[in-house]
Amino acid sequence: MGYLDGFRITFNKLFEERVTGEYEIGTGEKSPKPERLHGRHVLNRYEDGMEKCIGCELCAGVCPARCIYVRGADNPIDDPVSPGERFGFVYEINYLRCIHCDLCVEACPTEAITESKLFEFSFLNRADAIYTKDELLVDDEGRPRQMPWEDWRPGEDEHTSGWVRATAPAGDHRYEGRVGWSGELGYGVRAPEAAQTEKDASSAPPASSAPADHGGGH
Amino acid sequence: MSGDPLLSGVVDLEIVLIVVGKVVFTFAFLMVAVMFMVWFERKVVADMQNRIGPDKAGPWGLLQTLADGIKLFFKEDLIPDRAERRVFILAPYLALVPAFLLFAIVPLGGDFNGGGAGTVSIAGHDTFLQVADPPIGILFALAMSSIAVYGVMLAGWSSGSKYPLLGAVRASAQMVSYEAALGLSVAAVVLLVGSLSTHDIVAWQAGAGPGGVLPNWGILRTGFVPFALFLIAATAELNRPPFDLVEAEQELVGGFHTEYSSIRFALFFLAEFMNTVTMSAIMVTLFLGGPAGPMWFGVLSPTIWFFVKLLCFLFAFVWFRGTLPRFRYDQLMDLGWKVLIPLSLAWFLLLGAIELARDEGWNPVVVVGGGIVVLLAGAALLGAAVDKARAVDEGAEIEEPVR
Repeated sequence: MGYLDGFRITFNKLFEERVTGEYEIGTGEKSPKPERLHGRHVLNRYEDGMEKCIGCELCAGVCPARCIYVRGADNPIDDPVSPGERFGFVYEINYLRCIHCDLCVEACPTEAITESKLFEFSFLNRADAIYTKDELLVDDEGRPRQMPWEDWRPGEDEHTSGWVRATAPAGDHRYEGRVGWSGELGYGVRAPEAAQTEKDASSAPPASSAPADHGGGH
Repeated sequence: MSGDPLLSGVVDLEIVLIVVGKVVFTFAFLMVAVMFMVWFERKVVADMQNRIGPDKAGPWGLLQTLADGIKLFFKEDLIPDRAERRVFILAPYLALVPAFLLFAIVPLGGDFNGGGAGTVSIAGHDTFLQVADPPIGILFALAMSSIAVYGVMLAGWSSGSKYPLLGAVRASAQMVSYEAALGLSVAAVVLLVGSLSTHDIVAWQAGAGPGGVLPNWGILRTGFVPFALFLIAATAELNRPPFDLVEAEQELVGGFHTEYSSIRFALFFLAEFMNTVTMSAIMVTLFLGGPAGPMWFGVLSPTIWFFVKLLCFLFAFVWFRGTLPRFRYDQLMDLGWKVLIPLSLAWFLLLGAIELARDEGWNPVVVVGGGIVVLLAGAALLGAAVDKARAVDEGAEIEEPVR
């Protein structure tokens, strides 16, 4: 029938099975998320409570959406915030612009910024869309801070590691091309994915003179 | 027939109240119909694409449109710096008001069977179930749908932005082109009815048709072609897919309404869907007998039949959208000027010849046969001219005519 075939096809579709599913709102269970989902960022700390961010602005430089604003400052000698010479004095992410590409996670030399699996955060005004350092920095236990408009469920705050980094973690050229997982405060190290040998950045560096992955240069 | 019997006598307060009541009812019906249509379209298109569609707000997502409307009302209202402010503000209303007015001439009910006058009795007064029955009837519909072009055109022009301007240019060309085919297919009906009034058009279609089995509807009495032309031209006039070049998202962002936001955008949206409902109603009136149908449901049955027919057209429009890809601009113009307008003109002449033959008592077979031969010759000439023009356009070599 030529021209009219299309009409028959679309009409028959009316009675076919649906391929999409429901997404529960409110009290319902969340659908399972892919392991590599890119969600809301967190700024991590070391075990001793020091901030990982050294204020180098590489994340801001690499961000294609220009949504990150960082200003570094010298660490106070008597009460340092981060192990390095400098620390992230101002750290802001504008979630109206962020496209969750994870390039900031890739760029970070100290694994300070990683992404959680949370994407259910619908703020109601533009000021709330800009997450400042207070909101991004994890608490003393290493868990993300939870804003009132974010829908966290039990257990979700454990998934905050930089899941897969395609390039060199810790900025070390010997890791170039190897997939690495960042270990985090309180949550250990993730198992590698299937068909990957144990090449964890934090526990099994390939060379004998392994740099302290958490060292950040101090 | 001479208009609504309600207004033939002394017009007192009671009659004014009846008229106002009809206006309010029609207004409310249109708003609800638009709400329903938006939901219906999203739901049916979702079904055609194996999706679920809106289902959270209210039962089966019926209140989704209401939720969207409320959201739009509270959104920030932006007027671009480079916009022509007054025209920019005026344009949505120019699109919306004709959409409302258009529905005033559609008969919604009334029993026309067996020579019935199509009146209903409200508070002791006989009246037509339509807001107005002006003697110019269907011309009013054409006039209103032409004014709606201004809304789209001025919106695009006054936005002070390039994509809306392109959308407006497309809109004015497209809607003016298809207005001609639309008018000519309406003329075919009017020619046979002998009256412009929508009430007379519906009364003309009442009762059983030739053979006693088929209905006496305009779609059969005008020979189907004007109906098909009207359906295509109306789709183009409404800027609905596959003729939605005016707001083609992939090409023009949003076309004429790119710069509009908040309530002004909602008004355009409202006007668009309202036009879809009203055009469907006009089609039901012209070609499907309006409220005509068996009286199975008592006094309400004409109205029920009207809505059933209306729903068929609404589904058809959604079906078009779900099935057909968008036309290219030159294809659109080719279809309008080289197919629809000549065909509707030819069919109009043929119907005119048949009518004349009946009046003069000529042999109908000869008239129809001769008419078809003449029209085929005309079609061949037109086709040859179009081919020649296309060949010249493409710079191809033109053969020397054989002597």
